[in-house]
Amino acid sequence: MADQKASASIEAVESGLAAQGYIASRQIATAVYLSQQIEKPILVEGPAGVGKTELAKAIAAWRGMKMIRLQCYEGLDEAKALYEWKYAKQLLYTQILKDKLGEVLGGAQTLHAALDQLHDFGDVFFSKEFVEPRPLLQALEQPGGCVLLIDEIDKSDAEFESLLLEILSDFQVTIPELGTVSAITPPTVILTSNSERDLGDALKRRCLHLHIGFPEQRLEERIVDSRVPGISQALRRQMVGFIHEIRSLDLKKLPSVSETIDWARVLVLLQAAELDTEIVKDTLNVLLKYEADIEAASPQVTTFIAKAARSNVFG
Amino acid sequence: MRENLHRFFRAARGAGVHVSPAESIDAMRAVKQVGFSDRAILRDALLLTLAKSQDEKLALGDCFDLFFSQPEPRQDSPEADNNDDASQDADRSPSSGAASESGEGPPEGLGPLAQMLLSQDRNAIAAAIASASGAASLSDIRYSTQRGIFSSRILDAMGLQRLRDDLDELTATNPSLAERLRAALDGLRQAVRDTVSQGLALYAREEAENLRNEILRNAPLARIERRQVAEMRALIRQIARRLRERYSKPRKRQRRGHLDVRRTLRRNAAWGGVPFLTAWKRKHRDRPKIVALCDVSGSVAQVSDFFLLLIHSLHEVVDDVRSFAFSSHLIEVSEILEKKSPEEAMAEIMSKVGFGSSDYGSSLVDFEHDFMSTLTPQTTVIVLGDARSNNLDPRADILRRVSERSKRLVWLNPEGRLAWGFGDSEMPRYATFCTVVRQCATAQQLERAVSDIVAIYQ
Repeated sequence: MADQKASASIEAVESGLAAQGYIASRQIATAVYLSQQIEKPILVEGPAGVGKTELAKAIAAWRGMKMIRLQCYEGLDEAKALYEWKYAKQLLYTQILKDKLGEVLGGAQTLHAALDQLHDFGDVFFSKEFVEPRPLLQALEQPGGCVLLIDEIDKSDAEFESLLLEILSDFQVTIPELGTVSAITPPTVILTSNSERDLGDALKRRCLHLHIGFPEQRLEERIVDSRVPGISQALRRQMVGFIHEIRSLDLKKLPSVSETIDWARVLVLLQAAELDTEIVKDTLNVLLKYEADIEAASPQVTTFIAKAARSNVFG
Repeated sequence: MRENLHRFFRAARGAGVHVSPAESIDAMRAVKQVGFSDRAILRDALLLTLAKSQDEKLALGDCFDLFFSQPEPRQDSPEADNNDDASQDADRSPSSGAASESGEGPPEGLGPLAQMLLSQDRNAIAAAIASASGAASLSDIRYSTQRGIFSSRILDAMGLQRLRDDLDELTATNPSLAERLRAALDGLRQAVRDTVSQGLALYAREEAENLRNEILRNAPLARIERRQVAEMRALIRQIARRLRERYSKPRKRQRRGHLDVRRTLRRNAAWGGVPFLTAWKRKHRDRPKIVALCDVSGSVAQVSDFFLLLIHSLHEVVDDVRSFAFSSHLIEVSEILEKKSPEEAMAEIMSKVGFGSSDYGSSLVDFEHDFMSTLTPQTTVIVLGDARSNNLDPRADILRRVSERSKRLVWLNPEGRLAWGFGDSEMPRYATFCTVVRQCATAQQLERAVSDIVAIYQ
């Protein structure tokens, strides 16, 4: 069922995501479509809050699949991302099974024979029973496939990238003691990055590279429309226009789509019919997250409102 | 169309996008899915599969637009219909239009190229140029100096030789037609030159850049021309970024190692050796400490400019860097380098201590007096300078004490080894107390030296 949905067309992807409240640009839809068709992960880059993580959620919801999320951070290693041996359980079992071991080895006449017999049982302790699967292994083990979100890969260390390479290219993991675990159904993999550091070429070349920037005005209006249903068309245009003006400033942190949506919600809550200097100044802290940014933007507010209103007339 | 894609990949490489064979296979698979019909979607698909960063996307997008604005060799020839031709005839200059309609027509016995030029079939000519550039493998063009050779190769492939013969013959028999043909040939030459220029823009950008960077990398820093300084700075910054990429992350690597069996058992003794708590081995790592002393006197000012730029980025890689600049006396510049942008910092440092005549002795006295305590047995001390002390007392004894207090003392000298010890150079005297002495005159040597210094802490 899911496969059928996926193999449709770029338009189908677009409308499928739209049904989940995710308004995708053509680039995004093309990327999602291609990633299904040629079974490649998508590496999504772009500023914070433009909907990178949302994209993964929307795909999962649309295709009715489970989403497994791996949040990356400094020092993340294979024990936390892939699998870990349950050491304590292994040791505990050895203790509990002491007597049993005695029984098993009782038959051996020499130390050598005992050792041989022990070898046969050694593998028991390095079996699936004692493996704790972490997100990456879990993703491979989902029988119906899943959406695997590897969030903020740029926060992890360079070594961790190398660990991902096998999964990203072949959808499999090699556990030295157990052998290779291949995916039952290849997961849809989305990696996100804020470009805090450059990722390795090997990783990049295994992925489709999608850059989501700030959306165009029309697209952003549609996004607001789908996310904040109660908003009037005039206000929507005006506020999106205003935000586009704000983005032209040199700020520490430009407001992104998530801020736009928050702001729209706030404005609806305050029952604003249209923007005026008063209400904008009161709610500017929803858009801008630094005191310095607010100070820089405040004097411009009136001009921006006027500009947004004008573009409203002509646009 | 496959052929066309391959040419596009080559053009993409020219635009500085690294297209490996594996990526081109991905791109082919993607294109197979989306088809060629919708150019916007084709563009998206190629951008998604080939470009690996935002910069590359922009470059590739431009390259795509440029590439697909070119006439496609195989498609054009059948499409050269009269309809199109007529409309083009209309906006040609009246004189040439009159000439072509004067009923003479191209006489028999001329070569195909002459026929084509005289009939002024633009589409046919464009197609012929395109296929001739294919034959001359224009996509192999790399340097602007190759323009001439590729132009003549293309013209040869189009049958210039035959055209020359025709011209000679016509000059004798039909001067007016010969005149027309000659004018048309000039036009053709111009068109070919344009094609070659476009080819150069498409296919050669990266090579030319690489070559320039390579030359710059190995050029003596002290003798960089004014116009190259900006490029050099960009190159140094690139080097700094690479160093940062390579060395900044592993420093923060997870320090948990293997299971510490001994400690695990001991810790769980209370439960009769049943291991409820696990203990882990930790990896030990030195914390990097670097002290950099940079000569900014007149003789090495330009080199130290670049060196300061590199130190500036070193501040981002290594937590504990202290930098000092000196010519006749020494000041600490760590804070300036950390707080300000490279350009501002450089200007401030130069205005404070730069361009003077160097006095290593008194600078070392300043260092010993104020900052000797910053040195620990973990510190790497880097000195950048030509060790020319204007025949003043070099105070090598202080350098000995510096060396004794620190882990390593590295001296980077922008002068060639041959000059050491001649004139007022005190290098041999200082060298006895240094762990490493290196010539460091080019960007490449600078990169290697700094890379080695940072690497020992990994």
